[in-house]
Amino acid sequence: MSELHTKTLSEIAALLQSGDVKVVEVVKHCLDRIEATEPRIKALITVMGDEALKEAEAMDAAGPDPSKPLWGVPMVLKDLLTTKGVKTTCGSKILENFVPFYDATAVARLKEAGAVFVGKANMDEFAMGSSTENSAFFMTANPWDVERVPGGSSGGSGATVAAGQCFGALGTDTGGSIRTPSSFCGIVGLKPTYGRISRFGLIAYGSSLDQIGPMTRSVEDAARLLQVMAGHDPKDSTSVDVEVPDYLAGLGREDLKGVKIGLPEEYWGEGLDEEVKEACAGAVAQMQKLGAEAVPVKLALTEYAIATYYIIAMAEASSNLSRFDGVRFGYRNKKAEELIDMYTASRTEGFGDEVQRRIIMGTYVLSSGYYDAYYNKAAKVRRLLRQDFDKAFEQCDFIAGPVCPTTAFVKGDKADPLQMYLMDIFTISANLAGIPAMSLPVGLGKDSAMPVGLQLMGPAFCEAEMLSVAERLERALPPLSIPEL
Amino acid sequence: MKISPEEVAKVASLSRLDLPEDKLELFAGQLGDILAYMDKLGELDTDAVEPLYSPVKHTTVLRRDEVRKDYRREEILANAPEQDGQFFIVPRIV
Repeated sequence: MSELHTKTLSEIAALLQSGDVKVVEVVKHCLDRIEATEPRIKALITVMGDEALKEAEAMDAAGPDPSKPLWGVPMVLKDLLTTKGVKTTCGSKILENFVPFYDATAVARLKEAGAVFVGKANMDEFAMGSSTENSAFFMTANPWDVERVPGGSSGGSGATVAAGQCFGALGTDTGGSIRTPSSFCGIVGLKPTYGRISRFGLIAYGSSLDQIGPMTRSVEDAARLLQVMAGHDPKDSTSVDVEVPDYLAGLGREDLKGVKIGLPEEYWGEGLDEEVKEACAGAVAQMQKLGAEAVPVKLALTEYAIATYYIIAMAEASSNLSRFDGVRFGYRNKKAEELIDMYTASRTEGFGDEVQRRIIMGTYVLSSGYYDAYYNKAAKVRRLLRQDFDKAFEQCDFIAGPVCPTTAFVKGDKADPLQMYLMDIFTISANLAGIPAMSLPVGLGKDSAMPVGLQLMGPAFCEAEMLSVAERLERALPPLSIPEL
Repeated sequence: MKISPEEVAKVASLSRLDLPEDKLELFAGQLGDILAYMDKLGELDTDAVEPLYSPVKHTTVLRRDEVRKDYRREEILANAPEQDGQFFIVPRIV
């Protein structure tokens, strides 16, 4: 079947379970697709062709397993999730040859469910960036227009799914890193509630913000992956021990009657590109046609979110990245004769510019004399931002708005770091508050012809309801095809 | 807020980074702009606000108090740039 790559994850899972296609056939198709499109897209740091084919042969020999919901489904992982025996670089020279001896919990759960991994996706170094231009290895291109960025930092994951190289990928989202590439690449991306999916094995950037999530070509696919990964993990002290609902059960609803959608004026005003506004407003109008009620809400502190986020994220990054010292793993400068010199030379040569900039900034805001003025102040504003959401959710069930002020921009267009940080204005608040948020493709911008994503945000642990609403909206919108490559 | 290249060099050294002069100049300008942007948080009165460090309560899970080997020594040493099969090897300290 030459069109296999156009199937959704749910469709291919069903075909594999019924025996209509073999795992080897599907894996080979993905590897062929990778070979054909990678020269232009460059989504993957590592292609796991031999391992995937060997596993596929063993699976076909054993036959379909109905107890494994992802049996034989080819997937890609962002290259900051540890994979036993497979290189995990974090997009950094400092981890260029790092081969973990354990799987991240999310990876282990996908494996247990039968997924076959065909590659590890490119990313901004240590997840620091909004465009996948900060990888130490190469830039990834947007499959809709290879001159443009795929978004970041999970840009490799976004591009590989959009290009039909696999049926789903995992990304991580610290300040929008699942939602922005999903929006730019025209796919579905879900950042679950903080604590919903274990972070064990996720190489940390901002520990109180990072969350793993699915990136797929349909809402149903996202629900399937979340179902497999969600749930308490004793290996992660931030993993929340609450029941996991049935995320697929609420899909297929008839309408959106009784659903209140909050529209914060701070997300729909100045600074938003007209084509993004138009596409998102069209999707909201569609929700209203389906019976949803739109209500105005206030998120008055939105303008403080970027400053709050970057202080907290950089502070946590400076602490998390102190483990990279060239002693136990990663790059080491071999010329240094003394220990401190070795630390310094290894880190200076191993980290790229954006990572160094954030480490220095993080160290600065945590240093004596500045801690209260910056880090502690940001932690207080973070509480106020969460209270802003709590108040908004007294008036509505979900908040809707754009993911990003623009569609995918041209590579090199945002050279100034502060200018790049400002692109995250609509996504970072959800990470600070720890609430779930997702990006749903709602069409192409009329000027750029690039995908536009609508963002939905909801109260903590409302993923089941959010997916249900998103899936109904998805069925009402014209589908985006796989871009021609 | 202005930040000088000398201040950047000092913080870089605390972070175990050694940056060339041109990068110190570049970072000083960029960090100054970023810090000036962050200073807008000063507009908010937060005297009575409790800081929020994490969206969830951290729960330390205690395993049973029994000896267990999760990983083998050779696995843990395998990624080290230099090791002797028993220990990580580092350059001299004194």
